[in-house]
Formats: sequence, structure tokens, C-alpha cells
Amino acid sequence: MINFIKYTKVYFIISIIFLSIGIFSMIKNGFIFGIDFTGGSIVEYKLTKNVNETNLKNKLKLSSIEIISINKTNDKIFSIRTSPINEDQEGELRKKIKDVFSTNVEILRFDSVGPALGRETVNKTFIASLVALAGILIYISFTFKKFSYGIAAVFATVHDFLILLGMYSLMTLFFSAEVDSLFITAVLTTMSFSVHDTIVVFDKIRDYKKTSALSIDILSNKALTETMVRSINNSLTIILMLIPLVVLGTESIRFFAAALLVGTITGTYSSPFIAVPLLVIFEKKK
Amino acid sequence: MKNRLPKFSTFAFTILIIFVLWANIPNSIPIKFSLFGKKIDTAIPLLKIDTVIFGKKIQKNFQTKLGLDLKGGSHLLFQADTSKIPAADKKEAVESARNIIERRVNFYGVSEPSVQTITSNDTYRISVDLPGVGNIADAIKLIGQTAQLNFTEQASSEAKIATQSPPLFNITKPTGLTGKDVKKATVQFDNNTGQPVVNLEFSKKGAALFEKITGRNIGKPVGIFIDNLVISAPVVQQKITGGSAIITGQFTVDEAKNLATAINSGALPIPVKLIEQRNIGPTLGKEAIQRSMIAGIIGLISVVSFMIIYYGRLGIIASFGLLIYGLISMAIFRAIPIVFTLPGIAGFILSIGMAVDSNILIFERIKEEQRKGKDFRTAFAVGFGKAIDAIKDANIATLLVAFILFNPFNWDFFPQFGLIRGFALTLSIGVLTSLFTGVVITKKIIQIVFINNKNK
Repeated sequence: MINFIKYTKVYFIISIIFLSIGIFSMIKNGFIFGIDFTGGSIVEYKLTKNVNETNLKNKLKLSSIEIISINKTNDKIFSIRTSPINEDQEGELRKKIKDVFSTNVEILRFDSVGPALGRETVNKTFIASLVALAGILIYISFTFKKFSYGIAAVFATVHDFLILLGMYSLMTLFFSAEVDSLFITAVLTTMSFSVHDTIVVFDKIRDYKKTSALSIDILSNKALTETMVRSINNSLTIILMLIPLVVLGTESIRFFAAALLVGTITGTYSSPFIAVPLLVIFEKKK
Repeated sequence: MKNRLPKFSTFAFTILIIFVLWANIPNSIPIKFSLFGKKIDTAIPLLKIDTVIFGKKIQKNFQTKLGLDLKGGSHLLFQADTSKIPAADKKEAVESARNIIERRVNFYGVSEPSVQTITSNDTYRISVDLPGVGNIADAIKLIGQTAQLNFTEQASSEAKIATQSPPLFNITKPTGLTGKDVKKATVQFDNNTGQPVVNLEFSKKGAALFEKITGRNIGKPVGIFIDNLVISAPVVQQKITGGSAIITGQFTVDEAKNLATAINSGALPIPVKLIEQRNIGPTLGKEAIQRSMIAGIIGLISVVSFMIIYYGRLGIIASFGLLIYGLISMAIFRAIPIVFTLPGIAGFILSIGMAVDSNILIFERIKEEQRKGKDFRTAFAVGFGKAIDAIKDANIATLLVAFILFNPFNWDFFPQFGLIRGFALTLSIGVLTSLFTGVVITKKIIQIVFINNKNK
């Protein structure tokens, strides 16, 4: 048996360091919100000719459409973000590129979202997450017949939520990852995965408690020692599924997979190193 | 007696596997071989269910359905302006607008369009999914056209003197003849100019009305308005009795076709405004599928290798269980059918991870019991039972979250958009299936491979 609980302070310090970096980055850099939230348009064009990025930027400046950003995603693929435009304006833009650079332009994607929709999405998702958290709290407190289990699990979940947000804002800083509805899906997945993992450890503690009158620290240490291999193996399999997606996935799915990857790691970490130590603290206070 | 039960379940197990394999074949498989000099040339068709159970007709095709983000196409979201409709009639007006839009969409001949109303609080929206439409700008114009067709005549002479306006602007008095009285609109070509025109065929009531209107307006113009815009204002030469009229305008062939379609499908009872559109070209989706497939295969291979290296023989069984898991979930996805989108694939990949987890939990518990000195058979029975508790609790929590995300009751304070729903749906089906395969199938395989062998 390994005495995991002895190093509770170390785990909390590690978490606090990562949380601080993340929260600092969130405040300082914030996020780039995708058109799902801000409204606006994105067009993705595939050209048949190599075109210089800055050249394209300068030439398109003159057109009547407000260009927010231009990214070269691939050799001849550009993604252009603009203020909300309709399908006719998109046609103009395409024609302009065609004429100015005398290249064929294939349209890969054209999305346009009205600004009102974004607010709505954020609010609703936020409410759904809160309800999900409350549901988890009630469910765990109910199955384990103790409120402290529920509270500890929810703390760990909120911890993972904040870590993921913080790390994503770093990804925004370095790789200009956007917050879109896929990211929201990743956040929610992380939360459910985190709870899933925590329940497995809690289940073990409950199991030992049935047959033993030893103190909660010893039981927790026993449970952690027994479940550690399973926890690592389990997240390893998910990580093995996700890494190829990060490496090979198309633009839209790559950051999604990366967010899930961060979520899996923090979700695995938080169960033995946040949820269980917290449970021990709560139980001892009684 | 004791021996018959496992035999029966092995039989059921085999049937299940065959059924699942059959449900998963992408195309019909031709079979050609000769047997005892007889040539056999047949094919395994795609699985189709077409029976009647308890008076209910059940018809199912097993085919993979791809979402717009994978096969390319357009998703359009229209907001209906219901401000002028009394509260009690709003729902009905939006519903009838939906039906009309569906009729217009069908004109485009796309396969499997989907037109749905989305209601939240007091906003009414209509979403239109068009797989693979080339000219989306035209489609948007046609769908959004209100197409209120109105015939008007000159206001009475007293009013004419009072306003002193030019005659064309005076043809504003509604005659009561509208698009509702049109039985059919078709595109024809003018015999003299070759210009496309729209021919209207009136209903009985419309024909009678039209006869009256033309009768009292000989020598005067009659206005044809669409959406309050005058399209043409021909001067009536004589009373028209045939029950048909022609709209001439400076139409292109496409414009005339669209106008005819719009009139045929009926006028939209409310104006709609396009607030969101997502168009995915066919190349992008193809690339996304290919790359995700490759990523999925690499991921699966690494997971399987890891399981076999770490757990040895049990790992092989788990991998086999995983394969069956994948096939069963695919069969369910095809049966329902669930439309595959990128987040849906992600949900599926995640659920594979969770399915593996069930197996790992079981194995670790069995190993644990073995460490306590129990023989495999007892360790298997005890460990399995203990693992089930944890698997059940953990998966119920995941299902709870998936349930909220899926929002089955369409509560409008929760997200209602397709992407997240697709994810939640594949995730929950994945979790349910993994409960089944992890608990039933893996157990069965271990029994067949280990316990039966060790008895001999």
C-alpha cells in the first residue's frame, strides 16, 4: 500500500500552480470566440494557385466586406473571417479573388451566423452544465448515501473545468484555437469523464468501508493503491484514441481532440489527487 | 438441465453476431461459386426489416447516414417574424410556413432534405438541411420568398380624382383574387418573343372571380403583385373566361421557374429571415471522414496492442469484446438511424474508451481477487460481481450528463442544437452498448474460453 494521502499538500500545490497559470492566461489573453458565439461569417477557399497571405490581405482590404482575419490553413487553403455577410456578398468575395489573382476558387465552407444566436447558445449551455453538476451532486450523494462524497466529486469536476478552460486559453494564445460549440462539447465530456473516474475510486472506498472499521485515510490509501493502475490504463486507452485525432484530424476536430486530451488527463488526475484527499478532509472534520 | 442453459445462450450469442454482422455490411455482397457442378450466383442483400408486429408496420433499412458536415450540404436557419400574428395562431402559422418551405425544397430534388421548426420562448425558427445543393444562393431566395400573389384593380373613379396619381400607382385596390385561387402555375414560353412566362391556372372559384374582374375592367389595367411588388399590369382587352392567366415580366428561365414553384407551394403566411447558414463543400467532408477514419484505426490498433501487451490472454478477449462492441453500436446507429456528424464520431470514440474501461475494471478486480489466493473461477465470479457495481454507477453518471445534453423534452432553457445532440446521442448509445458488451459478452467469452476449457 502506498501512502497517497500523506502528500495531499503536494497535489493541491500542483493543482494551484496549474489553476493559477490557466486563470492568469484566461484573464490576460482571454479566448477567441468562434462565430457560433459572436456571429459573423467564415469562408474557406481552396485556390489552384499559390497566393501570398499578406498580398491577399491587402487586396481584399479594398472590398466592401469587413475582413476580420485571414488564415492560411493549408498549402492553398485560406480561411477568411468576416463580419456577417450573406450568400450574395460571399459570391462577390469569391469573384474578387478569382479576378485579382486569376485563380480558380473552390468553396470548401461558408458559415454565417447572426449575432443574437451566440449569446443564447452560451447561456443555455451554462445552465445545462449547472443542472448537470447539481444532478451529479444529488446522484452521488444518493448512491453513496453521504453528502461529502457528492461535494468532493463536484469540487474535482469544477477543478477540471477550470484547468481545461485555462489550458485552452493557452492554446488560443499559441495556436489561435477558437471557442466554438465543439469546445463546449469537450468541456461537458470532460466533466462527465471526471465524475466517471471519481465514482470508480469512491466505489472502492465504499467497498472497503463495508468490511473494515479502519480510518478513512487508510481505506483511501488502500483504494487508491488498488485503482491507480486501472485509472492510468483507462486514461491511457482514451489518450491513445485521441492522439491520432490531434495529429491527423482536420482543423475543426483537431482542437476538439486536444481539448478532450487535456480533459482526460486532468480528469484522471483529479479523481485520486483532488476528490479523494478532499473526501478525507471532509470526513475527518466530522 | 444445468448444461442446456449455456448452450442456449451460446446459440443466442451466435445469432446475435450474425445479425449484427449482417446489419453492418456496407453493400450487398455477391456470392459466386460452383457447388457439385451447379453454379450458384446470388448475393447477400443489405439487411431490411419489413414486417408487421402488433399491428404496427416496421420498416428499417440499415444504412449509414452522414451529417452535412461529413457529406457536404447546407444548413439554413430562418427566423419567422410572428409579430403581426395573434399569439394563439403563431404556432399554426409557423407550422404551415414549414410545410410550404418543405414543398419548395422538394422542388430542388435533393435527397433527404430535412425541414424542422425550432421553438424557444417566443422565437420561432425553421431549420432547413439540404444535402449537397450546388447553388445555395438560389435556394435561399426561393425558400425565403413569401410569394403573396395578389390581383388588384384601379380604385374607384372618385378616389382617382382625389389623389391625382398616375394610373399605374392607382391599381392598388385588392380584388380578392390571390395565390390561394391558383390551382397550378407553370413556366411557358411566349410564342412571339420566346420569353419565359408564368402561366396560371385558376381554381373554379378563382376562374369565376377572374372572369368578373376582367369583365368590369375592360380597357383598364389589372395589377399582378407578388410580395407587394408589381410584377406586371396588363390592360384588359376583353373578358377572360378560360380560367387561366399569364404573368409576363422580364424573367430569366430560372426566375420564372422559382416564381412558379413559389406560387404552387403557396404563400408563406409569415415573413422569414435567414439568420444562420452553414455550407460545407463536398471535398471538406470527405477529407474529414478519411482523416478521422485513419485516426480511429490507428487509435484502435494502439489500444488493442496495449491491452494485449498488458493483460495478455485477457487482453485478447477484451479486444474481441471491443470489436463486437464496435459492430453492435454501428448496427444500432444504422438501425435508428443516427446521423453521423464530427462530434458524433468523437462521442463514439470516447465511448470506445469507456467500453475498454469496463473491461479494465473487471480484469483488475479479477486480478485482485486472484492475488488474495482465489482460483481463477472464484476470482472471476467475485471480481466480476464487484466490478459491475462500479461500472453501473460510473456509467449512470455519464448517461445523466448525456441526457441533459440531449435535452429529450426540448426544454428551451437547454441547448437545442444538433451538434451537441448528436454527440450526446452517440455517447449514450455507446455507453449503453458498452454496459451490455462489457457485462454480457465479455463474460460469455471468458466462460467459453477459460472456464469450459479448464473443466476438461
